[in-house]
Amino acid sequence: MIEDNSELHQFDKSLVWSGFKQLAPIAIFVVAFGAAFSLAAIQAGLSDSVIVTMSSLVFAGAAQFAVLDLWGPQVPFFTMMITVFAINARHLLMGATLYPWLRHLPPAKRYGVMLVVSDANWAKSMQAFNRGQPGVGLLLGGGLALWFFWVVGSWLGVYLGDAISDPKAVGLDMVMGCFLLAMVLEGDRNFQILGIWVVAAISSMLAYWYLPDNSHVIIGALAGGFTGLLYGNQDSEN
Amino acid sequence: MGTKIVKIETTGMGVLLIVLAIAIVTLATRWGGIYIMSFVPISYRVKQFIQAMSGSVLVAILVPMAFEGDNGARLALLTTAITMLLLKKPLPAIAAGILAAALLRQF
Repeated sequence: MIEDNSELHQFDKSLVWSGFKQLAPIAIFVVAFGAAFSLAAIQAGLSDSVIVTMSSLVFAGAAQFAVLDLWGPQVPFFTMMITVFAINARHLLMGATLYPWLRHLPPAKRYGVMLVVSDANWAKSMQAFNRGQPGVGLLLGGGLALWFFWVVGSWLGVYLGDAISDPKAVGLDMVMGCFLLAMVLEGDRNFQILGIWVVAAISSMLAYWYLPDNSHVIIGALAGGFTGLLYGNQDSEN
Repeated sequence: MGTKIVKIETTGMGVLLIVLAIAIVTLATRWGGIYIMSFVPISYRVKQFIQAMSGSVLVAILVPMAFEGDNGARLALLTTAITMLLLKKPLPAIAAGILAAALLRQF
């Protein structure tokens, strides 16, 4: 299970650079995604500098697209903040799952690394930790790659105009979905895990249909977590 | 309703305020998880919960995507899954999924 008394939280320049290179191939797709965000943002009435500033400071694609839906001459402030929080609430879970390793880092490094946490680099680093490999380099280096290409993409979208007028038509809306699925399937599989996933899947769908918007990730993940508690004990795990 | 809806003008300082607020809320989600966990003793049960939750986050993102997406989205995920199970290599699997969605949506 989770091995947290080891040195897996250690990282140095070469591990960060290696993480950057490992996430760079997927981050290339992020350029197109960032460009698509800029095009949608221009259509929603945002100025060039605001678009690039937002992408640099926020670095959260799904939430940024949702912000555009609420954009107009006036913006409903609290509605927008609640929407952003709900969509990004999965970061809370990611932070919690990384904590057993990150707690060995001094607070400045711990919170510094979390600045660039995102779906893809989180998934990669969790995979490394669970295999007993160091994962912070992947988290930080991979996050910097994703952030860099996201900002470059946003910038290109602003200046090159409609290079990619319809990202959906060329399948680019599925980049993250396909990546995350590949991560799920690369990990360990057994009947226990399958049971947890089934509960997570059913709960997330029920939340998607019957609970407030954007609550499905939290509900599904927590339901999966509680299901994990039903399984086994210390002896059978070790 | 009685509650006052706060509207902010998207001009000048208003825009800056909105962008900063979005950035701060997002940062709070990035920092909040590890901050809260610093008050939780990492027991065996907590580890078990975290372990189960980490895979479940992905499943909870993906399943509604497959259910509510168009046929292009479904074919993309199916293609990625099959390629992944056959080749066990993420990059070809992701590329095949995106390609499948792109091809299906041309028709």
